[in-house]
Amino acid sequence: MSTDNPTTSVDDSDVEFDAAELQALRERVEELEESVADIDEADDQKKMTIVATQGSFDMAYPPLILASTAAAFGWEVVVFHTFWGLDILHEEKSQDLKLSAVGNPNMPMPNALAALPGMDAMATKMMQKKIDENGTATIEELIDLSLESGVDLQACQMTIELMEYDEDDFYDGVTTGVGAATAIQHMAESDVQLLV
Amino acid sequence: MSSEHNVTETLDVKGQSCPMPIVKTKQAIDDLEADDVLEVVATDSGSMSDVQGWAEGTDGVDLLDQVEDGDLYIHYVKKTE
Repeated sequence: MSTDNPTTSVDDSDVEFDAAELQALRERVEELEESVADIDEADDQKKMTIVATQGSFDMAYPPLILASTAAAFGWEVVVFHTFWGLDILHEEKSQDLKLSAVGNPNMPMPNALAALPGMDAMATKMMQKKIDENGTATIEELIDLSLESGVDLQACQMTIELMEYDEDDFYDGVTTGVGAATAIQHMAESDVQLLV
Repeated sequence: MSSEHNVTETLDVKGQSCPMPIVKTKQAIDDLEADDVLEVVATDSGSMSDVQGWAEGTDGVDLLDQVEDGDLYIHYVKKTE
């Protein structure tokens, strides 16, 4: 892009512009430069949309970790929480997410044992202890961090009504009143789309 | 901790694991001025790869150096703009 100032005089040229034409042309050039700059900027801005559908203790982590990390990269991030994924944003329920011991091949116990009462609670406690010892953030910390760094945490309106939750049940800063069409729109604009 | 880098500020993320070292580094960099250097002291071995990836993928930062010192992983990140 040339930084030379254009001369106002075009007398020595064969073509002559009157002042108004010249002014109009300059304005047009400025407009085009601005829109090119906008396009450059938009191209540079990466965007990620995650659809979070799971609400177990272990499955709450991946979307939150990826979202807060992408935000640290300066990406625009949307996490659309639907079905059980909604519980991650539910202030009360998020404190009490459970790890399922049954049907989890990573658990060091057979299913027959895992199905006994209290096993989910025990497995969750074990995992919580490990997370604490490892210096891994809590779910609440990750939600706070995500919101702080501009991640748009969205709660699916249909699921809110299905689960009979109230909009006030969610963390401050959570977006409500959005549906699948909003999620699709964000996915279409995104460089990265994930279903968790 | 002494280093040849002209450190403006030190961020201690010892004992914290992924994604905290990156998220906190980003927050600390945001609070600095251009040409400032942030020293990040971590115990997360994954931070060696993560800080490098983050610095490569993020505008306005330059990874000057990464040092392994016993249990510590130390990163020097310069804010360039």
